[in-house]
Amino acid sequence: MLEIKNLHARIAEDGTEIIRGLNLTVKAGEIAAIMGPNGSGKSTLSYILSGREDYEVTEGDILYNGESILELDPAERASKGIFLAFQYPLEIPGVATMQFLKVAMNEQRKARGEAELTTPDFIRRVKEAAEKLKIDQAMLRRPLNVGFSGGEKKRAEILQMALLEPKLCILDETDSGLDIDALKIVADGVNALKSPDRAVIVITHYQRLLEYIVPDSVHVLYKGQIIRSGDKSLALQLEENGYADIIGEAA
Amino acid sequence: MNMQTTTRLTAAETALVEAFASQIGELPGNGAVIGTRDRLLDDLKKAGLPTRRIEAWHYTDLKTLLRMVPEAVPASVIDPVAALVEGSSVLSVLQGAADARATVEGVQIEAFKEKLADGSAAAGLTALDKDDVIGRINGSFVRDGFALAIPANAEIEEPIELQALHAAGQVHTRFPASFGAASKATIVERHQSVADGAALVSSISDIALEDGADVTWIILQRQGAADTHLGQIRVNLGKDAKLRLFVVNAGGKLVRQELRIAVEGEGAELTLRGVNLLGGDSHTDVTLVLGHNVPHTNSTEIIRNVVFDKASGVFQGMIRVAPDAQKTDAKMSCNTLLLSDEGGFSAKPELEIFADDVVCGHGATVADIEKSHLFYLMARGVPEKKARAMLVNAFVAEIVEELEDEKLVEALEGVISAWLEKHA
Repeated sequence: MLEIKNLHARIAEDGTEIIRGLNLTVKAGEIAAIMGPNGSGKSTLSYILSGREDYEVTEGDILYNGESILELDPAERASKGIFLAFQYPLEIPGVATMQFLKVAMNEQRKARGEAELTTPDFIRRVKEAAEKLKIDQAMLRRPLNVGFSGGEKKRAEILQMALLEPKLCILDETDSGLDIDALKIVADGVNALKSPDRAVIVITHYQRLLEYIVPDSVHVLYKGQIIRSGDKSLALQLEENGYADIIGEAA
Repeated sequence: MNMQTTTRLTAAETALVEAFASQIGELPGNGAVIGTRDRLLDDLKKAGLPTRRIEAWHYTDLKTLLRMVPEAVPASVIDPVAALVEGSSVLSVLQGAADARATVEGVQIEAFKEKLADGSAAAGLTALDKDDVIGRINGSFVRDGFALAIPANAEIEEPIELQALHAAGQVHTRFPASFGAASKATIVERHQSVADGAALVSSISDIALEDGADVTWIILQRQGAADTHLGQIRVNLGKDAKLRLFVVNAGGKLVRQELRIAVEGEGAELTLRGVNLLGGDSHTDVTLVLGHNVPHTNSTEIIRNVVFDKASGVFQGMIRVAPDAQKTDAKMSCNTLLLSDEGGFSAKPELEIFADDVVCGHGATVADIEKSHLFYLMARGVPEKKARAMLVNAFVAEIVEELEDEKLVEALEGVISAWLEKHA
């Protein structure tokens, strides 16, 4: 589903190279975890996959279902099924949450040549998905993410993911700032989306989230490269010994 | 040496003088009113239109910007339009002439023409200071409008809409409105062009809130792309009076909207909100002069501007706190979304504080759309154009929503999104 080949990318503004020859393949149905110390390029990778303009790809390619997505803007990537759950979801005053959800869902449907949702159908879907994630209706009446707690913002991201039904889900440190109950709710939300035609990339610092979202593969990112890949036991090994050994071996 | 005071008149100044001459004997008014008109026109002739050298007009050089004045063409046939908010009582002023049959239950209404005829309007036809060209033009030429008196303790549930519509030509209207003690009402003052062709509109509203009155006053300006709109409101707030003043500019070629507000009663509260939607090659100036003249009053002012194309905008906000106006709390901010390299916005906040125990502040920002917000919306599949429109809308919707009255909020949001759809 996703093939990243020898990717090099830098910050557009100052030319700092962050991703330095990254290779990664994620298959449909797979849950891949990307772990790594601070500053290794984890969040940058998630932004590059979703098309943020602040980064420039200088070499290599990103293939999604066999096609390069480098020339697509974020909205085009989203309507093809790529979804990024933000590490820090933004507060957007003045944009009503429900209106935003409706526009996003319908714009994606339009881009795929599908009929727009009727209002009752839309409301029913939101209600069902919100209940599963224990999201209060009052929260949905507020402007987008405005005044939400950290945990509420993360749940709202998963709500968007559930409603938009993407094919490639990228979770950028979704566990940060969550207490254990919220973590379980979020993990259940992600697991409910698991399907043979959907891939999930879980970016995280800690093993903790991976107890609830069990990965098929684990990749260690360091200085913009994948320096080690393995199965879920690799995550446990990292938890016990830290990154130092693996980094030492790679160097 | 004597300076020559009567310099050559510009085309617009000449046209105003001639328009006045051609209407002698025609403009309504008794002897007192006629005397006042003559004096105001004479002052206008002597001072001329203000230039940038006049401090209050520094960013709006009216002498240069007002190139021509359309002829005062006779009344065209114009039909009223649907009220902004369904269920409102509409008082229409069509091409400057008030509908004399109009009534609103529980409110005393008089066509302003009658007040000119019997002379009761004469005392109000004034220029507020030596640079008050709007007071002069309006006082010289005003023909009609409505005078409203809301009795003490009256609660008028549905909004009253002052619907001033015009085609090309000159229109000069006046709306004195007094709100009795503890009365409650919502007024929508709407200025709108219904045909092509240039118009010169001047309009003054004299708004007085007695003790404890609670009023929402909306000004919705949607003049045509060739029109000049010179608006002024003169407000006096009594003890514990509450005024929510909401000014929306969404039209016109050359617009000056002056807000002259005197807070004269302890416990009074002013909430001023402004939305300026600027496009084309228009020039829009909102000038506030607010006096906190007694202790224990507060005010907040938020102005939001959206600038497209080659439009230019101005906000001048002067807050004066009188020497004994202790415990004044005033906060003013002016935020601009500048969406074009060719557009511009000038903000001039000023505080003149003569009391020592007050909380006053101001701030101004000019920015483009927040890139990270745009990315967030696009990352959810919203195409760039639509995402931008949503964010621009959000920037102004945020303050419209403060109005709370759902029907009013919806109606204004409708006006705003229609404008944005046309200009974005």
